Amino acid sequence: MRHAAAMASALLALFALGGRGDAQEPLLADLSNHLIAVTTGFTGAELLLFGAIEQPGDIALVVRGPPTPMTVRRKERFVGVWVNEASVRFKDVPSFYGIAATEGFVERAPPALLRSMQFGVDNLRLIAEDRNTAEAGPFRAALVRRMKQDGLFGAGIEPVTVLADRLFRTSVWFPSNVPTGIYSVEVYFIVDGDIASAQTTPLSVSRLGIGAEVFYLAHRQAIIYGLVAILMAGSAGWLAGFIFRKG
Amino acid sequence: MHIYLPIAELSIDVLLLFGLGFGVGLLSGVFGVGGGFLLTPLLIFIGVPPPVAVGTAANQMIASSVSGMVAQLRRGNVDIKMGLVLLAGGLVGSWIGVWLFGLLARLGQIDLVIQLSYVVFLGSIGSLMGVEASRAILRKQSGRPAPPRRLHEHTWFHRLPFKARFRRSRLYISALLPLGLGLLVGVIASILGAGGGFFTLPAMIYLLGMPTSVVVGTSLFQITFVAANVTFLQAVTNQSVDVVLALILLVGGVIGAQIGSRWAMRLPGEQLRGLLAALVLGVAIKLAWDLIARPDDLYSIVAVVPQ
Repeated sequence: MRHAAAMASALLALFALGGRGDAQEPLLADLSNHLIAVTTGFTGAELLLFGAIEQPGDIALVVRGPPTPMTVRRKERFVGVWVNEASVRFKDVPSFYGIAATEGFVERAPPALLRSMQFGVDNLRLIAEDRNTAEAGPFRAALVRRMKQDGLFGAGIEPVTVLADRLFRTSVWFPSNVPTGIYSVEVYFIVDGDIASAQTTPLSVSRLGIGAEVFYLAHRQAIIYGLVAILMAGSAGWLAGFIFRKG
Repeated sequence: MHIYLPIAELSIDVLLLFGLGFGVGLLSGVFGVGGGFLLTPLLIFIGVPPPVAVGTAANQMIASSVSGMVAQLRRGNVDIKMGLVLLAGGLVGSWIGVWLFGLLARLGQIDLVIQLSYVVFLGSIGSLMGVEASRAILRKQSGRPAPPRRLHEHTWFHRLPFKARFRRSRLYISALLPLGLGLLVGVIASILGAGGGFFTLPAMIYLLGMPTSVVVGTSLFQITFVAANVTFLQAVTNQSVDVVLALILLVGGVIGAQIGSRWAMRLPGEQLRGLLAALVLGVAIKLAWDLIARPDDLYSIVAVVPQ
């Protein structure tokens, strides 16, 4: 409901701009929310992106989480037991990756354009450290596969719906295990295989509420956190023994 | 209803976690064991990262052992001197264990070590208990009395130096023995997130030769403080203690344990031990199978934590 209301008001604003005729921006886009709050009850969130374009064309969207180094390990059989053997480290792997586009965009767009936009997991620049591309190949595939299984890499291309060649909207799903940090939301407006306009919007995924307090205490005041954990468990156990002895 | 666990960084059904705590508490109440050896693997099964499972199980272990320790202290069933020697070993052991844990995690072998250790420990303890319980049941059926057992065997380790008198246990043995046993418990508690009651109790009876009356209390005395130390060290070095998860587990756990201990009085001892043996063996076989069977995906990914 909040999303719908936000979108309606933003669209009204866009119409107002258009009506005055002083806005010749080929692309205008906004998010339903610039903050995704990871609270105690967080089970995932849907983010709405909407906007307006001046002329017919394709809309493509790339959402990327903060880059992080990741290690991919392969198990091999060793004395009858499966053991982690070889490993490849990738630097700057987006901790989240989601894409959306208007129907048929991938078929129409030139491959070089898709590569420059890093649109689609095959075009994602994942750089293996100390390995050549051929060696790292299966590890790269495994990285993408595992990230997809965890819901952190989009399984496919989400649709972007366009209304009367003017208004567009799409949504991206952030699962409950989404990493926190500053995300980038890139919106591209493509006409005849060329980027006519692009817009990058930051999106913050942050912890809020009690969960955030717990997390920051654990990481910034680890000694106090450890003592609190001991006191909590100790008093709870002692209290339970006391209650049940009476009862 | 789902809850987002701040340290484990995932969202899990509260009722599932509560049920898990309750189930493990029930078993620990019925069988008189800590239950950490079941809790840690089960947490890993439902998707909690192994370091968080181990750190949080240690946290929960404080709650499950503290009330028992207080009760035993009140009845005078704790050999304080023996407990302190065990504890000294345990503190050193948990330092070593937490350090080893971090090292193995960086090498990518921590999951393997956790699983392998569980297979070895649970497999051997489960078989021993199974054999012992079935013998006891057979003896009872044939009506013959148990063969007399010597107080304890005298072997090489009774010639070790640093002999000390443990008045409450009526023992005069080398302090190195309980120190070494305590050290082993500390290492196991910090790597496996289990108190190790399933092997310390037999070790205290058969290796050290302690009287059965003080074994449970002394072991609880040691494990309460070792668990506290492991919790502290895991929190400070690995930030892997999830208090929200621990709180839900321990609420279920203490309720389960109280109900379980009431059931235990009405169930026959030998069958109970046989049942526990079957349970322990079951977990060992499941973990062994996971190691031997070809995994669905040979590859795994892990975010590199900046040092």
